Amino acid sequence: MAYSDKVLDHYNNPRNVGSLDKADQNVGTGIVGAPECGDVMKLQIKVNDATGIIDEAKFKTFGCGSAIASSSLATEWLKGKTVDEAMAIKNTDIVNELSLPPVKIHCSVLAEDAIKAAINDYKAKGSTRKPAAGVEA
Amino acid sequence: MKLPIYLDNHATTPLDPRVLEAMMPYFQEQFGNAASRNHAFGWVAEEAVETGRKQIASLIGANAKEIIFTSGATESTNLAIKGVADMYAERGNHIITAATEHKATLDTCKHLEKKGCRVTFLPVMQDGLIDLSMLREAITDKTILVSIMYANNEIGVIQPVAEIGRICKERSVLFHCDAVQAVGKIPVNVLTDNIDLMSISGHKIYGPKGVGALYVRRRNPRVQLTAQIDGGGHERGMRSGTLNVPGIAGLGKACELAQKEMAAESVRMAALRDRLKDKLMSALDETYINGSLEHRLPNNLNISFAYVEGESMLMGINDVAVSSGSACTSATLEPSYVLKALGAGDDLAHSSIRFGIGRFNTEEEIDYTAGKVISVVKKLRELSPLYEMVKEGIDLTKVQWTGH
Repeated sequence: MAYSDKVLDHYNNPRNVGSLDKADQNVGTGIVGAPECGDVMKLQIKVNDATGIIDEAKFKTFGCGSAIASSSLATEWLKGKTVDEAMAIKNTDIVNELSLPPVKIHCSVLAEDAIKAAINDYKAKGSTRKPAAGVEA
Repeated sequence: MKLPIYLDNHATTPLDPRVLEAMMPYFQEQFGNAASRNHAFGWVAEEAVETGRKQIASLIGANAKEIIFTSGATESTNLAIKGVADMYAERGNHIITAATEHKATLDTCKHLEKKGCRVTFLPVMQDGLIDLSMLREAITDKTILVSIMYANNEIGVIQPVAEIGRICKERSVLFHCDAVQAVGKIPVNVLTDNIDLMSISGHKIYGPKGVGALYVRRRNPRVQLTAQIDGGGHERGMRSGTLNVPGIAGLGKACELAQKEMAAESVRMAALRDRLKDKLMSALDETYINGSLEHRLPNNLNISFAYVEGESMLMGINDVAVSSGSACTSATLEPSYVLKALGAGDDLAHSSIRFGIGRFNTEEEIDYTAGKVISVVKKLRELSPLYEMVKEGIDLTKVQWTGH
């Protein structure tokens, strides 16, 4: 199978590989997929409380090149977006950007699921989150 | 050293130049039909075919009259299994095979199941070998055929063929053996192994594609087959169709070369294989060999690199041609059924790479491959959330995954 140039670029130079502190109240973590299915994505976001904007996004992916590229691309797109804007990212946007063939669409679905899981984790922490400095209660 | 490197010799092998040379005359100058009995063109072609028959028979301890030419091993296997099922239908309808057989065998058996045959698919043990006591127990008075491969195409595991042959003989059940990966690589003898029918392929032994053979025992017992292709009655009526004379000349030459060179070649293959294995396993933790190392073809290595996915590895080692048991590399999007049958878990099937070493590979190529694989696996493990979790002490089997 031939890979698109963009998939190859993300595979060869993955963006934002790494991990953020799961315990950090401003970090949302999403882990989706399963080892026996052949792909697991971990996607993390760090949201700036003052601005509501995603400052940092990191990923680690076990999966094929298209899964790696989908999650790498997702971290690029997440940075600088508000949580609500991030929630609007669709798997079809990833399919179009990376020119994924039909058999690889599930990789983009997994990336969308990972984004949503990370945001939901961040939101779930909201009740215990301390107000950010400088913001009047 | 030339790139890319070919290390997928279980899929197919390059044509040996000496084989090509043996084939060349039969494309143009000696183009006759081997079935033309009344002129010199036919006689020359027939002679080439009979030479090929002898060369194949000699390699496997058979008589030349016991060799039937086909288009390849898939056809040979179809003819053997369907031909026996049809011919011996009055005697019984039960066939025994194994879970790790090639699709040519499994799908042929499944086809016959729909037509009223009963098929037992024997499981394999963790090392890939069948359990002989299970085979003995599976045989009933309705059993007409046992079809077990000599050596597996994915994991290279060699079945106890001589014992299987003996059991079949004791119980008067015919034994078909798919010997595609074994012939020419390790000694195969239809007499000492008690094989009644055996499938052989040209292109797995440095011969041409599109030609194969089926060994059909003529004595003790005399095996009969119902033809699956009707026509001019070629090949003792078992396989009609004009013979592929250049292909047969090539297959014959390939067998002759294998017979001469196998002893030395298998030692060289095993040394290259072990060199690759040792380099990979000393540099990388959590790597597992799939299938028995002891009962294994000298040219096969099948390794799972835990926590990295096969297709992403193939992408990284793109100048080395190998294959993977990962779902993403298969047409069905299912991980390798052979590796699943070993019971090692789907995750290790997704992480597997098959290295198939061949006649034309060099030590330099093996060293390059080892270096490349090591760097790619290390890179992908840095990217792997599973590797990170394991390093943090998390038991992956206890995690609640969101499977899809």
